[in-house]
Amino acid sequence: MSSHLFSTSTNGETHPLTYRLREDRGYVDLDEFEQKDGYEALRTTLRELSPDELIDNMKTANLRGRGGAGFSAGVKWSLTARGDDHPRGYIACNADEMEPGTFKDRLLLEETPHLLIEGMILAGYANNAYRGYIFLRSEYVLAAQRIERALAEARKAGILGSRVCDSDFDFDIFLHTGAGRYICGEETALINSLEGRRANPRSKPPFPGQSGAWGRPTVVNNVETLCNVPAIALRGGDWYQSLSGGRSDDGGTKLYGVSGRVKRPGLVEMPMGTTAGELLELAGGMRDGLELKTWLPGGGSTGFLLPEHLDLALDFDTIGGAGSRLGTGLLAVVAHNQSVVSLTRNLEDFFARESCGWCTPCRDGLPWAARILHALENGEGEEGDIELLESLASNIGPGKTFCAHAPGAAMPLETAIKHFRHEFEAGIRHRQREAHAEPIPVGSV
Amino acid sequence: MDMNTPATGNTRVSKASQSNLIASSDNRMHDFVLSDEERHEIEHEMTHYENPRAASIGALKTVQRRRGWVSDGAVIAISDVLGIPASDVEGVATFYSLIFRQPVGRHVVLVCDSSSCHLTGHDELRDAISGELGIGPGQTTEDDRFTLLPVCCLGACDRGPALMIDDDLHGPVEPNEVAALLERYS
Ligand SMILES: Cc1cc2nc3c(=O)[nH]c(=O)nc-3n(C[C@H](O)[C@H](O)[C@H](O)COP(=O)(O)O)c2cc1C
Ligand code: SF4
Ligand code: FES
Repeated sequence: MSSHLFSTSTNGETHPLTYRLREDRGYVDLDEFEQKDGYEALRTTLRELSPDELIDNMKTANLRGRGGAGFSAGVKWSLTARGDDHPRGYIACNADEMEPGTFKDRLLLEETPHLLIEGMILAGYANNAYRGYIFLRSEYVLAAQRIERALAEARKAGILGSRVCDSDFDFDIFLHTGAGRYICGEETALINSLEGRRANPRSKPPFPGQSGAWGRPTVVNNVETLCNVPAIALRGGDWYQSLSGGRSDDGGTKLYGVSGRVKRPGLVEMPMGTTAGELLELAGGMRDGLELKTWLPGGGSTGFLLPEHLDLALDFDTIGGAGSRLGTGLLAVVAHNQSVVSLTRNLEDFFARESCGWCTPCRDGLPWAARILHALENGEGEEGDIELLESLASNIGPGKTFCAHAPGAAMPLETAIKHFRHEFEAGIRHRQREAHAEPIPVGSV
Repeated sequence: MDMNTPATGNTRVSKASQSNLIASSDNRMHDFVLSDEERHEIEHEMTHYENPRAASIGALKTVQRRRGWVSDGAVIAISDVLGIPASDVEGVATFYSLIFRQPVGRHVVLVCDSSSCHLTGHDELRDAISGELGIGPGQTTEDDRFTLLPVCCLGACDRGPALMIDDDLHGPVEPNEVAALLERYS
């Protein structure tokens, strides 16, 4: 069973990520992939482009990292330590996908692993890497089987290994499956995990592109980011940038999606800069009798937005300017009768549990915030709790912790209080007595 | 659930076993022997990395796949194959939530408790499962048939509330479908 797609297209000019998907939504094997231009970008690039030319294409494309941080992939690649003074390193594909509300990489991994493999080889060529690792979360069992199958097909066909497609370039890819823990998706924690260590993040600098896995240059990119590379290599950076058709400065298309109480949750490949309103419409709107109260634009570590933000372009700068983050670009919608306090409690429980425990503000601050939220959810909050939550959130914000996990936890908390302070106030015991109000409903409603 | 203890509970167990590992000279722990198949799988996995340590998570999973969980003896046997201290293997085993350092049921039920499933009915689903099995998260049924664990977003948010039983993904699962679903796993 696959994710529902709102619409599909077999046009590679407009849908570089999904045009090869099968109608039955099964595995696209090597034969079928090659019939649909697969590995054409790789062969052409190895013949005609230098690594620097490929990186220039990537920069022009303005492909911004689809793992959530939105850093330009071309710029990242241009900073990788390359050349005679540096050992050849690695491409690490981040397929850890555990961000609450995010279900896009699963589709690419299960249905077109060859597209990822092609993207990784091209990334290897550009960054002078000799090996790739696909860091896959353990629960993606079907994806693991399909990736292993695709790797075997590619090796047998001379697409992986020494002399990739009869060129002078050698590159191989291994699948590494994880064993749980959200923090593995943080790029330096991922590298520690790949090395067989506990997944605590590493300090930066040095950035992985200088010194990553086993001390060698390591480029960490998200699955969706890497899956965009073949089309950019084949059709050029200008073409890719223009895909977003004036809606956004960010280039290309995006696998957007919607979850929550909508009529038809699912995914769709659309130009960068598509609006949440358009996506909500494609999802059939809210289920009958429900109104949209608020929404998260791209995972649990993004900030709450309101119905009035539905017309904003879903790109990194626009959503950043509205006090949130695009994150992974998969909307989670909250209905009018669902409790924001309860949802925020759920998110902070998640972040508290998934803290790696390395630094105090995160390890101790998040469980503290979660405890207060439990109390507010149950109508047992105390005077001052909301102010305490605000101060906790500001103490785990950007720059105050070792990695971006805690700042990610701060964002939904801060924005929930900003937009829905009255819901939090209603959870304070004292105020309720004064108002003779009924306790607020608990749970997910 | 107490917010200070990881939900899977394996850290609680491992604290005790870690001190066992370091302090004990109990020879019974060495009774554990890796099967040839397990050893070959681990040795093959080692060739994928720059050094043997990197295969530690894979090695733990190799053992767990066949035995359901990772015993103290298995930790030592793995450390022998990899040539790294047992305490390092133990440190890894206890960090990752899907490595089980205590026995689990024949079937592991992973219920997604992340935000999108919260919005689509996780609480009701969890209660239905707990009611059906008579256990809470982190516990195993008396007949050793099921262990119930919460899990991070399963990347199936469009099919929430979602869960996995062993290697199978299910979703959306309505509370009234729980009994029939569990029945399929004997
Ligand atoms: C706590 C945490 C979890 C993360 N999880 C993921 C993840 O599962 N997948 C992912 O691609 N990026 C994740 N990231 C972002 C990565 O650190 C990194 O920015 C990304 O993999 C880089 O690839 P990109 O530039 O192609 O997006 C996470 C970051 C943090 C702080
Ligand atoms: S912010 Fe949290 S997850 Fe990141 S290093 Fe510190 S304790 Fe670990
Ligand atoms: S939140 Fe449950 S599958 Fe994503």
